[in-house]
Amino acid sequence: MLKVIQNRREQGYRTTKYPKEPINLYSRYRGLPTVHQDCDKELARQCAEACPQQAIDVDKMLIDIGRCTFCGQCEIQSQGKLVTFSNNFELGTSSREAMFTSGSLPALAEHSKKHFKSLFGRSLQLRQISAGGCNSCEADTNVLGTPFFDLQRFGIDFVASPRHADGIHVTGPISNNMKAAVLSTYEAVPAPKVVIASGCCSISGGPFWGSKDVVGDLNSLIPVDLYIPGCPPHPMTTLHALLQYFK
Amino acid sequence: MDNLLQIQNGQAVSRADIPDLDFAVFQQAVLDATRHSGFVVQFFAYEDEQSALKLIAVIRCGQVLYVAGCSLAEEYPSFTLECEKFHMFEREIAEQFGVRPKDHPWLKMVRYHENCRGKDDIFGNDYSQDIPGNYPYFTVDGDAIHEVAVGPVHAGIIEPGHFRFQCAGEKVFSLEIQLGYQHRGAEKLLEQAGQHRNRLPVIAESIAGDTAIGHSLCHSQAIEALAGLEVDEGAKIVRTIALELERIANHIGDLGALSGDVAFNPPLAYFGRIRGEFLNLMLTMAGNRFGKGLVRPGGIAFPVLEEQRQIMRNKIKDETPGIVNVCDLLFSAHTVIARFEHTGTVPRAIAEKLGLVGYAGRASGLPYDARITYPTEAYAQVEPNSNERTVGDVFSRANVRHEEIMHSLRAIPKLLAKEVDAEPIAVPVSYTLAPDSFVVTINEGWRGEVSHCLLTDKDGSILRYKVKDPSFHNWTGLAMSLRNQGISDFPLCNKSFNLSYCGFDL
Repeated sequence: MLKVIQNRREQGYRTTKYPKEPINLYSRYRGLPTVHQDCDKELARQCAEACPQQAIDVDKMLIDIGRCTFCGQCEIQSQGKLVTFSNNFELGTSSREAMFTSGSLPALAEHSKKHFKSLFGRSLQLRQISAGGCNSCEADTNVLGTPFFDLQRFGIDFVASPRHADGIHVTGPISNNMKAAVLSTYEAVPAPKVVIASGCCSISGGPFWGSKDVVGDLNSLIPVDLYIPGCPPHPMTTLHALLQYFK
Repeated sequence: MDNLLQIQNGQAVSRADIPDLDFAVFQQAVLDATRHSGFVVQFFAYEDEQSALKLIAVIRCGQVLYVAGCSLAEEYPSFTLECEKFHMFEREIAEQFGVRPKDHPWLKMVRYHENCRGKDDIFGNDYSQDIPGNYPYFTVDGDAIHEVAVGPVHAGIIEPGHFRFQCAGEKVFSLEIQLGYQHRGAEKLLEQAGQHRNRLPVIAESIAGDTAIGHSLCHSQAIEALAGLEVDEGAKIVRTIALELERIANHIGDLGALSGDVAFNPPLAYFGRIRGEFLNLMLTMAGNRFGKGLVRPGGIAFPVLEEQRQIMRNKIKDETPGIVNVCDLLFSAHTVIARFEHTGTVPRAIAEKLGLVGYAGRASGLPYDARITYPTEAYAQVEPNSNERTVGDVFSRANVRHEEIMHSLRAIPKLLAKEVDAEPIAVPVSYTLAPDSFVVTINEGWRGEVSHCLLTDKDGSILRYKVKDPSFHNWTGLAMSLRNQGISDFPLCNKSFNLSYCGFDL
């Protein structure tokens, strides 16, 4: 018992004051990218060709953050002349189109469905479905329950049964072997319900794009309301997106 | 062993040098090597340039690695009858290539997908049907027997898999684990003809995201061996530190979760937060909390200099006393000890028969640690670790993880103290792979032995890319640990192994 009290004292209170106070991630974190429109076209073409995710559109000078794994190769290869990744973790969007970006995203709070805010603004219970992911999206969603983030203080939680849920949060490229389970879990959630695609796998197949063993795009199965890009999304990206979209 | 070729971890050899034995000679030699002291590192099939089916075995015996190959017929006498270590490997080969190991004691599918040769399915499955196809799960008959089926979607934020328990009251007679739900075709993508080489490290990092460094090291070392790329000292040190950070983060998270599973909440809360600190250290080097993007063939993609070293030194110094105290809190609580001790025991004899690796193996008295046996990167400079309690129960697995956390916390500052600046290489890396070559790489990921094996054809294209996550060995260990246990101890046993679904499913 004394050890419990001693550890409690040593560990103290560690919960972030976000969103009242901003959080600054270490400078090396790769968040929202900017595509520099003045970049030499030949260099841009080389970087786009070399991109493992084929996420760069040279003609429109856009990067698709729904495909991008934020590996940073294009920034290194172009020495920052084509793409630079910022420290901005606010990446959530409400439409697939908005993810083709040159450096800015629409304000998420204004693109939320209004009835979602009134329905789920005070209490949002989500059923998480891991569908072919590599477990990093799952792990960095799980940490939202740790004392630093303490997701429950916002009235948001992940629940065990789809019957208790207001929506689903899907990670992974939806392997063929998980397709049926994703659909039946979705059906088991009572309407009205929200669908969240988290991580580039569920948005575009991620690193597994082109594999015949995955569906590769959650939106092709069920309509997605909220997209959370990243590989995996930083926990702050998820937290920001949930708060903006539902609060 | 005379028939087998001795090889080194991460050193390319010509395919022509690999003994191409007669099947009977191959089987005898491989079984002689593995029946007692030897273990299977890789055992897989591939189609050569003439579409002839071949079999390759990589065996470890003590400090030595061996390889041999042979031709594979559509049916062959099963290795598993003689040696259980082949059980899952033979099922995998049957599924991937549609060949039958005759008299295999438990020939069922592994990941539920059609074979790559368009042959009749060994399991008689029609893959337009959902998993598990026509497979009847193992059942135990009797009036008092009841069955519990769990998954694929589980009650937490975890990966999918299906578990079937055959119970009498609380007591579990048998646990059958069906995976495959995470199958994404990773091997096929890695070896796909004309695949963009820049994709390979990104795919390798996502084989198992919690082992991103372990798998990307295996990948990069294999490419480096085949392409003749040199890695400088600083990068090797950084890659070693990254693998140890990955180990610390995962072990700390799991100790917290184990504590939560026995309803002792303080360590769960503290370790949950502390785990994040180590993920953030990974971000300090890689820009990503799982280290994705850091390791690339030839070195590392981002500089790790005094600024990053200082952040790591300070953080480890700040957090170590707290980790020591929370571990003391956990391991001295009577309620915790009562639940950890003698729960989910896998005795040494069973662990050895199944070929368990990593902390699961070490906790059952198999001391193998690839960091010591086949050191890569800067591991020759890291002192070996030792384990005190190795009786194979949950307590042993938790204690081994505790010892490994403390060991890594000592090892990283020593590596940082070398003060070697690690400069990045220019990515993307372009390279040419040696033609007609073979390489196997082994690293001690946090769960145990991670291994990649590559074969190239005469043009230097990848002919076969075989991936093995340690979970491939250890899932059977989890099933064994549940024999005669209370079903309510399943979460505890499961977390003490904490195996990878996606690493297994590929």
